Amino acid sequence: MLYREAGQFKTSYRADQQIFPILQDRIGMLVLGFVALVGVPLVASEYWLTAILIPLLVFSLAAIGLNILTGYAGQLSLGTAAFMAVGAVATYNFQLRVPGIPILVSFLLGGGTAAAVGAVFGLPSLRIKGFYLAVATLAAQFFIPWLLVKVSWFSNDSASGVITTQPVEILGFTFDTPLRKYLFALVVVSVLALVAKNLVRSHIGRAWMAVRDMDVAAEVIGIRIVRTKLVAFAVSSFYCGIAGALYAFAYLGSVETDGFNLDLSFRILFMIIIGGVGSILGSFLGAAFITLLPILLDVALTEGATALGLQLPSGMTSMVQLVVFGALIIFFLIVEPLGLARLWQIAKEKLRLWPFPH
Amino acid sequence: MQFFFEVLIGGLLAGVMYSLVALGFVLIYKASGVFNFAQGSMVFFAALTYVGLQEKFGLPGWAVFGLTLAVMVVLGIAIERVVLRPLVNQPQITLFMATIGLAFFIEGLAQVIWGTQVRRLDLGLQDEPIAMLMDRFNMLVSKFDVVAAVVAGLLVAVLAVFFNRTRIGRALRAVADDHQAALAVGIPLKQIWAIVWSVAGFVALVAGLMWGARNGVQFALTFVALKALPVLILGGFESVLGAIVGGLIIGASEKLAEVYLGPHLGGGIEGWFAYVMALLFLLVRPEGLFGEKHIDRV
Repeated sequence: MLYREAGQFKTSYRADQQIFPILQDRIGMLVLGFVALVGVPLVASEYWLTAILIPLLVFSLAAIGLNILTGYAGQLSLGTAAFMAVGAVATYNFQLRVPGIPILVSFLLGGGTAAAVGAVFGLPSLRIKGFYLAVATLAAQFFIPWLLVKVSWFSNDSASGVITTQPVEILGFTFDTPLRKYLFALVVVSVLALVAKNLVRSHIGRAWMAVRDMDVAAEVIGIRIVRTKLVAFAVSSFYCGIAGALYAFAYLGSVETDGFNLDLSFRILFMIIIGGVGSILGSFLGAAFITLLPILLDVALTEGATALGLQLPSGMTSMVQLVVFGALIIFFLIVEPLGLARLWQIAKEKLRLWPFPH
Repeated sequence: MQFFFEVLIGGLLAGVMYSLVALGFVLIYKASGVFNFAQGSMVFFAALTYVGLQEKFGLPGWAVFGLTLAVMVVLGIAIERVVLRPLVNQPQITLFMATIGLAFFIEGLAQVIWGTQVRRLDLGLQDEPIAMLMDRFNMLVSKFDVVAAVVAGLLVAVLAVFFNRTRIGRALRAVADDHQAALAVGIPLKQIWAIVWSVAGFVALVAGLMWGARNGVQFALTFVALKALPVLILGGFESVLGAIVGGLIIGASEKLAEVYLGPHLGGGIEGWFAYVMALLFLLVRPEGLFGEKHIDRV
């Protein structure tokens, strides 16, 4: 009854092409934005901010990055974490070595560096596809962190290889408390998500999807494959790079190259599979799911064990996590290959008709 | 020069171990077009099950081997039933991602059942140099590696006979060629897939035993199994011969690079050298050494 676009007439092309054409969606987004910007800071505890909300935002951004490449352009990548590492380390170094550089510029340059590296590792995609490409991106995943650790210049010759990030300061305002870091991450991620949403609706995004659906056909109708694929790699890596920088600057407060391992790449891949391949909304849903699931599982297992009076062996929870992750991936691929985003879409379509059957 | 040969032989023999894992990938890819990312996890699962059963019941090696094989066959059939059958006719990339999920599932399951500690696996083989070669040519060649090579050779021979001479093997090749045509002449597709996954389970068991005996049965085995991927790229996904040759090339060049290039680059290049080499190789020959050339049509 409430969610219906009846009576909302579009009288201009502009109105017809907005991101959220339905009034209720726009109201919903405004409410969501208001809650995230004002409501959350009022109620959220420090634990919620540092352990859940900030990583959720960071991983959402990384998932958007991977989704652009895998979901929209159809190039499977297992090297997401490596590009995040490039972004984090590059941002740190720009901040360290260029005197007086504003942090946002460092972020952009860090993302740009990741984009350049991504484009280089995207070159094989011009010749190969599918699994071959997936394995090729593994080369990036193993080579880049090795390089970042081996060349100690990148970590400013720190002995442990772990470097503390500089404070995030914009126009004299320092984002130091968890709450301020959360707001910083929120703004960065929102802006970039908006850009991504528009990008995939533009001619670039449509070219990506054409290449994904059938590259030979796309070439025949005049899409330049080389440029399209490389742009996809560059944009995706840019997003991953910024996500990596946020991961270091807003979440951990340090750059630890070892943290950007294959496991992280897989986690981000799982986010887009569960959230929805080829959907910006899905990136957020998937990131939320994968971030919350371990915490919930952990609580459930410890509670369950104490309730039954059992002593769980150490490391058991992480193993159960693996099992649950694996099972969920298979479940989603079988039952709903388009993920949570598709479920949301179905729910919306049902809502439109409710309470009538047709 | 003698040192060079020592490194070369060591590398070739290590490459055989990679080939053992790669064989499992090729088998499944040939028969069902699925790129089975979970092969490494199956290797780990098999090795862990073997050790676990041995600890628990203290049976002789051949009995444990039989039991583990039974477990692997059950696992293979279960995978076919639960994962593959519902995903028939999905794009290959979906199947690939499903096997990534499967890999996580199997890794977790193995450790939930058998625990997470590192275990020793004793096959009664010593990792010591062969005395004869040591005396004559002053070369260090591990006995263990030679045995592994012989096992791999035997395995390939058995598989070759199985594929070319038996009824089931012919059916497998028919399925690999064309699913629908195979169905049309009355080959039971579901059974065939269950068989392929069981055979892959068997190969995983053999590989798991060799790797486990050498490095200990631990989680890191799954990373070793990842090394089979560049091997596949080099050899081509569709070729058993490619898996062997690719393994040899990767093993040898990796060891040589570690010894001769490593010191100039700061060491530790073994972790990525194989991948980068495979990547560069792909640029020249995208379908691998023995892979089938794909022609795209609209």
